[in-house]
Amino acid sequence: MALPEAQSPVEPPENQQQRLARCRALIEREIRPRADACDAEGRLPDELPVMLGREGLCGLVVPEGQGGRPVDPITYGLIHEQLGAACAATRAVLTVHDMVAAAIGRWASPEQQADWLPRMARGETLGAFALTEPEVGSDAKAIRTEAVRSGDGFSLHGSKRWITAGQIAHLFLVLARCDEKPTAFLIPRGTPGLTIEPLAPPLGLRAAMLAELHFADCRIPAGWMLGPVGSGLNHVAAAALDLGRYGVAWGCVGLIRACLEAATRRARTRVQFDVPIREHQLIQGLIAEMAVDLKAARELAMAAGRLRQSGDPDGVIATCTAKYFAARAAMHAGQTAVQILGAEGCAAGSPVQRYLRDAKVMEIIEGSNQLQQVMIATDALQRQGRL
Amino acid sequence: MKIRDFLGRFFGDYQLRDDEDIFGVGFVNSLFAMQLVLFIEKEFGITVGNEDLSLANFRSIGAMAELIERKRSGG
Ligand SMILES: Cc1cc2nc3c(=O)[nH]c(=O)nc-3n(C[C@H](O)[C@H](O)[C@H](O)COP(=O)(O)OP(=O)(O)OC[C@H]3O[C@@H](n4cnc5c(N)ncnc54)[C@H](O)[C@@H]3O)c2cc1C
Repeated sequence: MALPEAQSPVEPPENQQQRLARCRALIEREIRPRADACDAEGRLPDELPVMLGREGLCGLVVPEGQGGRPVDPITYGLIHEQLGAACAATRAVLTVHDMVAAAIGRWASPEQQADWLPRMARGETLGAFALTEPEVGSDAKAIRTEAVRSGDGFSLHGSKRWITAGQIAHLFLVLARCDEKPTAFLIPRGTPGLTIEPLAPPLGLRAAMLAELHFADCRIPAGWMLGPVGSGLNHVAAAALDLGRYGVAWGCVGLIRACLEAATRRARTRVQFDVPIREHQLIQGLIAEMAVDLKAARELAMAAGRLRQSGDPDGVIATCTAKYFAARAAMHAGQTAVQILGAEGCAAGSPVQRYLRDAKVMEIIEGSNQLQQVMIATDALQRQGRL
Repeated sequence: MKIRDFLGRFFGDYQLRDDEDIFGVGFVNSLFAMQLVLFIEKEFGITVGNEDLSLANFRSIGAMAELIERKRSGG
């Protein structure tokens, strides 16, 4: 196989190019213009998932046979770059949707696939990924949500917190302990015993419609388990998070690009000390750093994409590396862009202050910077034969 | 043997026996299982499905060799 976004045959390269061009035009027309308002209101337009589904953006990792319109990993990345530059919250919602769709495409039974994937590809069913809990973040194996055997099925107890799209999603991929082993379940919204509590918009990704999920004797049939008992973290969540990290890496490339564009535009037009500020060498230094970071982040993301395309196991660490670098560089670019715009960059409604806040969140989600460092260092030590 | 070479990267100088539990010796992190599945699929041209995900199939070098043999013979 290849990694999830390349699982099924995709259109030939020239069609992918056209696809990319259409997606870019759609993002510029429909998503970028609304991004600041979404951020201010802390919500996405209700019609967004179905609109994105109509344009094929909800089926990027769904096989054609299930109604999807899959793209290769590089095209997938370039679409996420464009989304990241336009609206990081929309990108995050699509990423978690893709994580769930990819997990179903990879590990679900044929019945589960037929049940969910066509609707997910159309954007009628939006997926959300529920791993984090009030007491459990980075140390995922410590999850406390429990699936207790009950009759022919299970009864779930526990809470999930910070769930992107939790307010609007129709289907949750939930990680719970079953027979003491981490196990994945597919749980639709509206299942009795599941209550959904909206969270106030956080620092960044304010429009990502986060929620807390509460399971209290939430009874589900055995057929809602995804993959066998015990495969929830090592296989199902690991592969979903790997795709999520790839999306975040490219989203950060987009954020850096957006910061650079905003900063250079302003540097050309803002006159201080009788010259456009771009003529001040200290401003040039800041712009040079952003430009170099953009190139480096994109190259790392491309390198990960090429490995993913061929199903190479090294694609996993290459993706961590790209995500780690790109998230830090996006944070740096956000700070720099605000600096170059000065007070204008701090103003309510200014896109660059949104980029800065969104970039901070990128350093935390899909494995924080520190967790990426642990994984990258472990790999480096293994390659040097010291572990 | 290809599986042993691949595992060598994670296990360094540690000499794994064919029947030794690779998850039990404490060298691997949360990415390892995914990397292992990708390696087996790419190297041996098979597709690991959800019915194969039981830990028993990946527990040791011997168990993986059996899984690959079984999948290749269409079983
Ligand atoms: C906007 C947003 C959206 C999110 N969406 C989702 C979602 O859709 N689904 C979901 O399941 N979760 C989601 N999350 C949660 C996110 O995945 C977690 O925040 C993340 O895993 C980190 O967990 P934590 O915040 O509990 O931090 P903690 O794990 O408590 O970590 C706190 C700090 O300690 C550091 N740390 C922890 N362990 C180590 C270590 N071993 N070595 C060094 N440093 C360490 C961390 O890097 C961090 O800086 C979201 C979070 C945010 C902010």
